[in-house]
Amino acid sequence: MTTTASLMAREGGRLGRTATRESAVSRTIAMAVMIVATLYFLTPLWWLFVAATKSRADFTTTAPLWFADFDLFGNIAALFQYRDGVFLRWLANSALYAGVGAALATLFAAMAGYAIAKYTFRGRETLFNVVLGGVLVPATALALPLFLIFSQAGATNTIWAVLLPSLVSPFGVYLSRIYASASVPDEIIEAARIDGAGEVRTFFTVATRLMAPALVTIFLFQFVAIWNNFFLPLIMLRDEALFPVTMGLYVWNTQVSQIPDIRALVVVGSLLSIIPLIVTFLGLQRFWQSGLANGGLK
Amino acid sequence: MAISTVARAGAVVAISALALTACSTGGTDAGASGDCTPSDGPVTLTFTTWLPGVEDAVAIWNEENPDIQVEVQTGPNGNGGTYQNFFNQLAAGNAPDLGQIEFDAMPNFRVQDGLENIGACEGILEAEDQFVGWTWSQVTFGEEDAVYAIPQDTGPMAMFYRADLFEQAGIPIPTTWEEYEAAAVQIRALGGYINNFSQSDINAFAGLVWQAGGEWFGQDGENWTVDLTSDESTQVAEYWQGLIDDDLVAVYPPWTDEWNAAYNSSELWTWVSAVWGANTIASGAPDTAGNWAVAPMPQWEAGGSAAGNWGGSTTAVLKGSDHPYEAAQFALWLNTDADSLTAMNASASIYPATIEGANLPAFAEGVEFYGGQKIYEVFAEAGNNVNPDFTWGPTMTQVYNDVADGFAAAVSGNGTLVDALASGQQKTIAALKAASIPVKE
Repeated sequence: MTTTASLMAREGGRLGRTATRESAVSRTIAMAVMIVATLYFLTPLWWLFVAATKSRADFTTTAPLWFADFDLFGNIAALFQYRDGVFLRWLANSALYAGVGAALATLFAAMAGYAIAKYTFRGRETLFNVVLGGVLVPATALALPLFLIFSQAGATNTIWAVLLPSLVSPFGVYLSRIYASASVPDEIIEAARIDGAGEVRTFFTVATRLMAPALVTIFLFQFVAIWNNFFLPLIMLRDEALFPVTMGLYVWNTQVSQIPDIRALVVVGSLLSIIPLIVTFLGLQRFWQSGLANGGLK
Repeated sequence: MAISTVARAGAVVAISALALTACSTGGTDAGASGDCTPSDGPVTLTFTTWLPGVEDAVAIWNEENPDIQVEVQTGPNGNGGTYQNFFNQLAAGNAPDLGQIEFDAMPNFRVQDGLENIGACEGILEAEDQFVGWTWSQVTFGEEDAVYAIPQDTGPMAMFYRADLFEQAGIPIPTTWEEYEAAAVQIRALGGYINNFSQSDINAFAGLVWQAGGEWFGQDGENWTVDLTSDESTQVAEYWQGLIDDDLVAVYPPWTDEWNAAYNSSELWTWVSAVWGANTIASGAPDTAGNWAVAPMPQWEAGGSAAGNWGGSTTAVLKGSDHPYEAAQFALWLNTDADSLTAMNASASIYPATIEGANLPAFAEGVEFYGGQKIYEVFAEAGNNVNPDFTWGPTMTQVYNDVADGFAAAVSGNGTLVDALASGQQKTIAALKAASIPVKE
């Protein structure tokens, strides 16, 4: 008995000690992991930034992770002048594809998700499951079938060839449905109806406000997805004036063996091309965080 | 409910399948062989190329030919996506009239019936005499009265070397591969490397085999032959394997910063490369300006003059073009007219495939980076000494990838370059069979 008690006491003591020790250890480990992860993600960005400030000669001859002569603005000026400023055009194209595409995709996803969540109709679950299945199909796998379909319609090598396929977001429909179920109470919709609002007006004035955090999330996801979507433009577009910035930089990068000097433009162009993403993320982060947290709580 | 789910899913699949089969029948039979007549009225041609600044040359044509306007479209380089796009577009029936195709990709397009035969078009067969000998056999595939593209540029190979370092060390400039190895030993003793073995530039390695008189592919009647392990190919592989084993060459991955830095810091003394490599060094190793020179490639036999070729493109008329006559005329003009060649050389440093092209004013002057040497004389000579019988295979992208995997392993000590070629041989035969291309084993 005494043996057991002392054993238990000892055990308990050890457990207690282990617990405190573990928390210190695990905190250190967690910290270390986060620091490593931060370095892992930020080092390439740092390299990119440093490389973009260098002249062509310094680029190969000086240490890659520290500055030589700071010539970022000279490089940017050269980039904007090259081929009559086609890079600016690409930036504008990307902004158009990603901005308009993400905005409309968000709208459609919100409407679809809201309808599936709030209206009862035959085949509702089937519809939802089919859309959900769309989440599993990678966009890359759809590019070639899309090309053939657009060829049939004679619409390859146009803005629409990139914009139209960007308007669908199965993940957005999924998120909208979940979020609408959780955050738009039926009572509010009923109240709106009693007050005489039509269904469309109820959606735009009541539901979208309650769903705002989810909508921001969808917009961000879709914006990034379109901005980074490279395969679809690669297959669809042949006219340089229609390229998004990712595609344009890729094309330049494949010309390095013919014009080695273009490498400096690719580097500074890459730096500029990620700025809109960073700005969008930081600008919408506030909504986004609250959106994710709300979703988690429900 | 379960039944209706299946039915609906089935309907979706059926609709998609219909849409796809409808698309795949889009090919046309325009331009059957032996027939090439001008179109009525003005035409607009589309031309897809990744040659930077080709618009300047096209603008000259458009000005002189108001009835045959050419519209430039662009994309990444061939293996970077444009070839795949061409094949997609050929399947969908909306390929451009003209496309840039490198020599090593021509058989792929020929085998897949992606090229118009422009042999019957006015003036095309007669143009043979204007081009450097070996380039013409690359666009005719040895067929009678057939021409599938107009050669655009070439990449005759020579040896770039650090004239200053060789002179200081008192090492004679190697003229044979044997002397090259002897020089490599001396250079290693001084702490440098004579060269870098570029594990991923398989087409450069092919250029070395080409120089040695070897062939990788051939055609035996209907059947393709694959000969990555020919005597010459094995000889070249064993030679470089020896240099790697004895630590006489560096093994930096080519086209990287560290590779550039190795040239810039004078660690690497030579580069056996193509004419366009002149700009690569000038850009990657700016601190060494003025110290380089160019000599012919080292030879397997003393007193020889054989050269290899690395790179080069053609302008092809793609299958299904509605205006093969006009397209052929433009392709011929683009690649033979002095103004056009000058413009393309200015914007993209191309080295023309025409005999006359070697005499462009741009090639007549000494180049400062190379100590004022008239380096293009060396390349013009090399271009004339390229074996005309070298044949590329129909699956070069696959060959490059598979051999590069083997070379990368060999460089890190797993297997040898000869092993890599043997394994590439097997995989290439398998790839040809998988593509239903007849191959002799």
